[in-house]
Amino acid sequence: MAGAGMSADVDSGAGVGAALRWSVERDLRLALRSRSELGVQLMFYVIVVTLFPLASTPERMLLATMGPGVLWVAALLASLLSLPRLFASDFADGTLEQIALSPFPMPALVFGKILAHWLTTGLPIVLLAPLLGIQYGLDGTALWIVTLSLLIGTPILSLLGAIGAALTLGVRGGGSLLALLILPLYVPILIFGAGSADAVRAGLSASANLSLLGAGLLIALVGAPLATAASVRIALD
Amino acid sequence: MNVYQFSSPATFYPFAGWLAPWFAWSAALLAIAGLWIGFAVAPTDFQQGEAYRIIFIHVPTAWMSMFIYLVMGFWSVLALAFNTRLSAMMAQSLVPTGALMTFIALWTGALWGRPTWGTYWAWDARMTSELILLFLYFGVMALRNAIDDPRRADRACAVLTIVGAVNIPIIYFSVQWWNTLHQGASVSLTAAPRMASIMLIGMLVMAFAAWFYTIAVSLWRVQAIILERERSASWISALPGLAGALR
Amino acid sequence: MMDFLAMGGYGFFVWGAYGVTAVVVIAELSSLRARRRAAAQLAASMPHSEDLP
Repeated sequence: MAGAGMSADVDSGAGVGAALRWSVERDLRLALRSRSELGVQLMFYVIVVTLFPLASTPERMLLATMGPGVLWVAALLASLLSLPRLFASDFADGTLEQIALSPFPMPALVFGKILAHWLTTGLPIVLLAPLLGIQYGLDGTALWIVTLSLLIGTPILSLLGAIGAALTLGVRGGGSLLALLILPLYVPILIFGAGSADAVRAGLSASANLSLLGAGLLIALVGAPLATAASVRIALD
Repeated sequence: MNVYQFSSPATFYPFAGWLAPWFAWSAALLAIAGLWIGFAVAPTDFQQGEAYRIIFIHVPTAWMSMFIYLVMGFWSVLALAFNTRLSAMMAQSLVPTGALMTFIALWTGALWGRPTWGTYWAWDARMTSELILLFLYFGVMALRNAIDDPRRADRACAVLTIVGAVNIPIIYFSVQWWNTLHQGASVSLTAAPRMASIMLIGMLVMAFAAWFYTIAVSLWRVQAIILERERSASWISALPGLAGALR
Repeated sequence: MMDFLAMGGYGFFVWGAYGVTAVVVIAELSSLRARRRAAAQLAASMPHSEDLP
């Protein structure tokens, strides 16, 4: 009995790895095929960030104060814009149903999709952040801290957002409903993320903010794939 | 007697109908007593004048707004773990009242804040968390309305409620964190005035009134939900005076 | 009586809070009443099959 249990554990362990790799590779391949769509989402991010100085003032002090917050709010909106894509096409063409019927563990497959989503939408945002931060007159430490906070924080956006994307699959008013469900849950990430650069500018250390963001990432890494897998199953029933 | 018996809508329906009026009348009597204490017995506060009388609704509704979400989370866990229809219906029946309590807490908080702190709205940790709580209630309501299949809506709302319930302490902590970082910019709301014990008693009586009101309303609402969902079940036709009883 | 309504100059705030609370509570109770009535009428008008649980 014990031996059989062990081998089953090993099998499911290997299954997790294989499922994860398969779903990451598949989603990355699909994403690369629709590169222009990814480009549009990135442009959305850049344009939103550009609008804020025009809406308020080009004054350097004020821009440097609101810069990290603007970068973070724009990242939230960009993530929201890309989330419906996460499951929608797989749901529409029946792939998701087949995935659910496969012997592979659902949370691993879902996690692979979330990882691919972050690599194609979150990571570009992080890489662009230093450039946009310079436009806001952020210097040295503040610039690197806001980029680092985005690096830790944007995966949480993808993880939490995936729950909302799965819950709103095939539901009336998908996009705006998703915003209503997910944006309130994003609040702590926004506060700790944008607050990290504020702390640096106030002459404090950002380590507390970044640690809290890291703790949030760990919680989301454990909880979100399970909740997303459950939500996908609910949507498929 | 078997407790599980009550998890069947057919058994629970008449029980809820019997229980609700008791809670409703208790709520009404407690509210009258609370208002009498609040307006006639409790003296004028020497710092805030008469304006403090708003707390007799503000504090109880603020308590209820958070408590109701936790109870919804409890029913949602039961609904997902045991796949019981009634638990999901109980969670569903609480949502509108939870949103209502949150709205009243925000509204009365604003009207209390103006004479007391000189502003209708401050980005204080409690007020901001309460506003986000209102958004969470609206999210559950909107998700429920967007899904046609009630069983799917039950489980989707249960997942959302649980995720929200896990998030509420984190949201509160984060907002408080943000608030202390920007303390210089906002009014300091930390100095709580000393409260006479008669005021505390009035507040507790009102809190029980709000609690019993919530129970009564949610029992009545769960009856309506049961009727809407199980309208073609045979036990419904056996209910004595269905249309007449509700007139 | 006028003193009571004036609430020491805070009448607007106190009665604004209590008034809106009363309005929304009455609105909830009346909408719930309408919902219960509609649900009962719908259930009473349904043909009831014996095979459903």
